[in-house]
Amino acid sequence: MDISWFVVLSAFIFCIGAAGVMTRRSPLVILLCLELMLNAGNLALIAFARMVGNVEGQIFALIVMVVAACEVVIGLGIIVAMYRRKLRIDVDDLSELRG
Amino acid sequence: MTTWGWLVLAFPLAGTVLIGLGWRTLSDRAAGVLGSAAILGAFGSALAMLVALQDRPEDARSLVGSLWTYASTAGFSVDLSILVDPLSTFMCLVVSGVSFLIHVYSTAYMKSDRSYKRFFAYLNFFVFSMLLLVLAANFVLLIVGWAFVGAASYLLISFWYRRATATKAGMKAFVVNVVGDIGLVIGAFLIFDATGALDYAGVFGQVTEVFGHNDGQLVAACLLLLVGAFAKSAQLPLHTWLPDAMEGPTPVSSLIHAATMVTAGVYLIARMHPLFEQAPLAADISAVIGTATLLIAATMALVMTDLKRAIAYSTMSQIGYMILGVSVFAYGAGLFHLMTHAFFKALLFMGAGSVIAAMANEQSLDKMGGFRKSMPFTYIVFTAGALALAGFPLTAGFFSKDEILAYTIARGDWFVALAVIGYLAAFLTAIYSFRLVFRVFHGEPCEQAAELEAGHLAHAEPFNPATGEAEDTDAGFPGPEHHIAEREGAMKAAMGPLAVLALIAGFLQIPGVTDVLGNFLEPTFADSQYHESPTTGAEYIGMAVGALLSIAGIAVAARIYLRKPGTSARLQARFSGIHRVLSNKYYFDEAYDYAIVRPVAAAGRFGRDAIERGFIQGVLVDGTVALVRGASAFARGIQTGGLRSYASVLVIGIGGVLLYFLIAAS
Amino acid sequence: MFFEQLLFFVFAAGALGGALGVVLIRNPFYTVLALVVHLFSLAILFLLLTAAFLAAAQVVVYAGAVMVLYLFVVAYVGGSDDELTPKPHGTAVALGPIFAAAVAIQLTIAVVGSGLTALDSTGADVGENFGSPAQIGEALLTKFLLPFEAASFLLLVAAVGAVVLARKRRGLHEPADAVSVSEVLRGDGEAKGAAR
Repeated sequence: MDISWFVVLSAFIFCIGAAGVMTRRSPLVILLCLELMLNAGNLALIAFARMVGNVEGQIFALIVMVVAACEVVIGLGIIVAMYRRKLRIDVDDLSELRG
Repeated sequence: MTTWGWLVLAFPLAGTVLIGLGWRTLSDRAAGVLGSAAILGAFGSALAMLVALQDRPEDARSLVGSLWTYASTAGFSVDLSILVDPLSTFMCLVVSGVSFLIHVYSTAYMKSDRSYKRFFAYLNFFVFSMLLLVLAANFVLLIVGWAFVGAASYLLISFWYRRATATKAGMKAFVVNVVGDIGLVIGAFLIFDATGALDYAGVFGQVTEVFGHNDGQLVAACLLLLVGAFAKSAQLPLHTWLPDAMEGPTPVSSLIHAATMVTAGVYLIARMHPLFEQAPLAADISAVIGTATLLIAATMALVMTDLKRAIAYSTMSQIGYMILGVSVFAYGAGLFHLMTHAFFKALLFMGAGSVIAAMANEQSLDKMGGFRKSMPFTYIVFTAGALALAGFPLTAGFFSKDEILAYTIARGDWFVALAVIGYLAAFLTAIYSFRLVFRVFHGEPCEQAAELEAGHLAHAEPFNPATGEAEDTDAGFPGPEHHIAEREGAMKAAMGPLAVLALIAGFLQIPGVTDVLGNFLEPTFADSQYHESPTTGAEYIGMAVGALLSIAGIAVAARIYLRKPGTSARLQARFSGIHRVLSNKYYFDEAYDYAIVRPVAAAGRFGRDAIERGFIQGVLVDGTVALVRGASAFARGIQTGGLRSYASVLVIGIGGVLLYFLIAAS
Repeated sequence: MFFEQLLFFVFAAGALGGALGVVLIRNPFYTVLALVVHLFSLAILFLLLTAAFLAAAQVVVYAGAVMVLYLFVVAYVGGSDDELTPKPHGTAVALGPIFAAAVAIQLTIAVVGSGLTALDSTGADVGENFGSPAQIGEALLTKFLLPFEAASFLLLVAAVGAVVLARKRRGLHEPADAVSVSEVLRGDGEAKGAAR
């Protein structure tokens, strides 16, 4: 149960989350995958905090959780607004940023 | 002492700069007076230069004055320096003297022209360039003056720039001049290459040591210098520009294309005499070409119907005499003829200007006649000039032409053949010069002459005399009024002294009696290897032959044109083939057109279409544009606006960065 | 020691399984549930790393509040069953998962091959207090006061933002000629047209 196992696990979760962001078309699910990535980061932070013996890593992870919560709130608010306007909940449709 | 030399240059330069810059503030009259005063100042300085030069002992009459070092690099240094010696003083006097009279003439002749001030600025610039050319003490300044003179000629030929024929003639003159310039520059380089010096003193001092007799490089250099001389002096085969140059105003023809610029070639050969004497092959070729020119030009002058062009061919022919003179190393004779020719040819052109003005700009001989009663002054001075040109006994032209031919015979061998051709051409000269006199002034008065007898100067709608198309009198065209000598004091004041000089200037060089010019020029040509002068007896025999030919020619002309009108028409019909060849100027222009102009134009078109449009525009410019467009289109394609593709690119990027760090750390 | 390893493997498998479930399951409702499983597993893993407070926070806040919120929205929005009309994928999108795998491998190599010897241990010696609420609280209120306050401010902003985004126009009484900020923010799309 070395610390490295936790870090490797966190890497795997991060990449699964990234693959999900790239693959899924519903913004809801993409947000969920974003949560995955953030959690992977949290895991890595706490693992390193344990490795060094410093509690600062855990504080960092706590703040990341706060930020994740806020981001979810806003993201879901956008999705609700999209739904209200009768837009398709489909990320490929929202391509106004094209150059 | 060379200060006088610098002043000779400074006056016309100041004139052109002041008139050129102050054209808005100066009035027409002020510009004319300023221009003429500048040349008068130059003439005065040249006289002072003469006096100062004569004060010095004979062997110290070659002075070089330098303003500053123009370039000083490894191997050589070139100064901005002028050479004051008898030859350059002589040329300065002739150039500035005749120019001054022509300026005075122009103040009246060009009076109603809207570009009056520009004319005087250009004229002063030309005189400055010509004086620079003759005063230069090294090849560099010579070439500068040479090029300036060519530029001034172009500016003045296309002076009425809105006439299509005038601008074309200007371009033609300039292009032929440039061919000559190339020859001059390469010749100068060859000489520099061998001697390592560019100034006359340095080069001439080394000529006999560096080059052997008829050394290949020297002959090549001299031939190239001759190319330059022939282009400037309108000798075969680079003569085609001179008749077209008559598109310029008559004072321009008088100054540049009779008295001064076209004599630059003669001056060049005279100045470079050490080189030519060391390479007599080149001098012999020059003599042959000069002789050929003088004969062919004389034949062409016989049939020309345009008054100015006839006089232009006469100029070409007379310069052939001068070239012959300096090529047989008879420098004094050649330069003497240069001086007398300047007098009577400038006079002839001035008279022609007066006649053309009376004809309301018509220049064709066919339409002229009978001006004797209505224009007495013009008739008298024109006849004086024609007498000098024909070599009538005791006129200036008589002494100078015969002196050249006497020296030619004195060289012996095949030069005698050249002299015979020269005498033949003298006969033709007499015929054609009096052809002009009789056709213009004798016979039934044409309608313009009749109007003038009644006291009313003819007036016609402005038109181009070469093509007949109508013009207006705005800037870039001739002005609305015409000025004849009888009514303008300034024109009379200019022509009178020239007429006198044309008649009496010959007395400077009466064989056996006076040798003013020869003695004066002796210091410059003291290092000449050829001192064979004809005996006085031979000279007098030559003069007698010349006098006979001249009188005979005048008599023939009188018979054809005066006594039996209609003779010329009959002769034309009988020799129609020859007449056609002569009228078409031996088809030189057509030959050049086919041989040079068309291929070059085709090459230019090819360059424009294939190289310019196809390659540079199509491949290089448009190709670069297409490349950039393609690249940016590709780059634009990345901006899909899709969230997922952006995320993918991010991940790919992260992978790349990680890969780099992994590799770097291992 | 053995027990900890067993726990680790079991809950690591749970975390990975939940993650894969999120990515692969089509029905959005079930993906939320998969994430909840993942979060619970992570909480146990936190416990293994002596981060007791964080484990609790994870369960209460994350799995509790945030996921419930998610479920609400999924219920409201309905969530399209993915791929109604299959769209062609761009090249980058198709290659995406491959590159994600590549990143995972690279990170693994980085961790396993790193020169950090501490990674191969079970961590430093820490006291009993490590990761306890007392320690966390003390750190938050002394050394990390600024991030703490900033985080609370962020929460406030998020709350306001959520209200602005999600409110209905009809819910508020406004004078007829007032210009509202949200109108400007949202653009006028349906503003004037909506029946008043």
